[in-house]
Amino acid sequence: MNIIVCVKQTPETVEADLTIGPTGRDVIRDDLVYTINEWDNYAIEEAIRLKETHGGQVTVVTMGGEDSEDTLRRCLAMGADEAILLSDDMFEHGDARATAQVLVQCIKGRPFDLILTGSQAADVGQGQVGLILAQKLNIPHAALVIKLEMENGAAIVHRELEGNMEEVLKIALPALLSIQTGINDPRYVSIMGIRKVRTKTIETMDAEDLDLTEAQTGESGSWTRLTRMYLPVAEKTAEIIAGRPEEAAARLAEIIKNNGGLA
Amino acid sequence: MGEILVLMESRQGEMRDVSLEMLTLAAGLAAVSGDRVTALVLASQDQAAHLTDQAAGYADSVLTLRKESFAVYQAGEYEEALAALINERRPGLTLAGHTAFGMDFMPRLASRLDLPLATDCLSLSMDGGRLTAVRQMYGGKINAEVQLREAPGYLVTIRPGSCSFGSGQAEPGKVEVRDWSSDPVTAGRVFVKYLETAGGGVDITQADILVSVGRGIGKPENIPLAEELARILGGELACSRPVADKNWLPKHRQVGTSGRTVKPKVYLALGISGAFQHQAGMKGAKTIIAINKDPKAPIFNIADYGVVGDLFQIVPALKDQMKAILKK
Repeated sequence: MNIIVCVKQTPETVEADLTIGPTGRDVIRDDLVYTINEWDNYAIEEAIRLKETHGGQVTVVTMGGEDSEDTLRRCLAMGADEAILLSDDMFEHGDARATAQVLVQCIKGRPFDLILTGSQAADVGQGQVGLILAQKLNIPHAALVIKLEMENGAAIVHRELEGNMEEVLKIALPALLSIQTGINDPRYVSIMGIRKVRTKTIETMDAEDLDLTEAQTGESGSWTRLTRMYLPVAEKTAEIIAGRPEEAAARLAEIIKNNGGLA
Repeated sequence: MGEILVLMESRQGEMRDVSLEMLTLAAGLAAVSGDRVTALVLASQDQAAHLTDQAAGYADSVLTLRKESFAVYQAGEYEEALAALINERRPGLTLAGHTAFGMDFMPRLASRLDLPLATDCLSLSMDGGRLTAVRQMYGGKINAEVQLREAPGYLVTIRPGSCSFGSGQAEPGKVEVRDWSSDPVTAGRVFVKYLETAGGGVDITQADILVSVGRGIGKPENIPLAEELARILGGELACSRPVADKNWLPKHRQVGTSGRTVKPKVYLALGISGAFQHQAGMKGAKTIIAINKDPKAPIFNIADYGVVGDLFQIVPALKDQMKAILKK
């Protein structure tokens, strides 16, 4: 079973202090730490597990700058066989549609049974690239996959729904599945593991290799253009309790007692 | 005058709230632009009357497409019908929910029709034929205005809960029901069944006090700290998605859109950043208290009380305080 996994390197922002930069169209990135997009980490893990069970090859593809090689090496260390970096200045500032147009050029000539992507990226979070790719390749898809099994050459897929529900689907291969977090327990990647794949070749392709023009990529190949960023406005203004931990705890204890029906 | 087409979302014959929220949002847009709003219902024979009535309570105009295979959402069938209908009517704007339903077909539909799409939007504005959407990035820490490329029609998915809806209009909207006869399309994908995700276990929706832990709890060894606080308070332990994803706590304790919706008297969020999916599951709590070391965590935007600090210093102190108070 040959699997292609599309990944993205994104900044870790869950605990980072984000500041909007002078252009008003981006955050200041100098102090941000980059790693594999959380959703994609589950996707690569799922691909490697499938390979371990059914055999075959896992190819990991990313679009990004040279520094995205770190994420590809991490995927190789997890067990991917091949890594491809799609990189060109022309690709910058593209949205999901422009990204899918680059990916499709790389993927369309390659044999595959399954394409896995994360359901969304931690930074932009549009959740579009996988499905646009599936449409361009004319293959079936499922979004938000939380369980995946193979049965007689088809994929039995559980898709996460709202309200503690899921739906089960049967999908013919080749197909594209966008993977939701929690589908598996991604393996730990050690520094030693990354060192071992240090010398593995990463195939790099630019716009010319992919037969792409400027009109198809970057901002001109995009449906959307980010014009302004600002900080969200609070719905309520929380009363912030200051002071030493004991003081804050004393105040919280009063609130919990009075509002929690413990009085 | 153009048309705003709003795709009604239902499951097992019941309308989802996001459908009525979108109709409210569309009515607001139409009041400015002069467009007409059409609620689009896809349903089986059995479901059609009920869903059409519900939509007509909120929309001036309802179009219902009736076909047996619309009884459950099937990607291929829905995509074919929507593509055909959009090509026929050429709406200036088509809305669907940013839900497991809308997220599963809108990008594919947009690519097929080559119409610009913006997803997970909170609000929209139309200016001289150009559509601008407000959406969030970086887990809700940043809002972004996004302009869609000029096109004959736009597609947008709307975040659930970004608009409220009232009790509907006195006069129901006008209704058109069409029997939709198209060749069956499986598109390589067949619906098998629905399943409940996390059955059994503790029912956290019944608790008056919830102590809920997020990514900030750090490691599974720290969970007993929160567990003990919950026990002292006579409450239950709950969690956000990352904690359930890592199997540190069972899925039936997860609060949020894909987990449980809770409305306790007190919701104590420990190390939870507060992504909108989480907020949607606990916004209805009477008192929300958040402890988080990031002062910009989105959870503080909906909390009543907040402590910016280290939960590992505050929670032990809080445990001692509560023990002392409750002994009295």
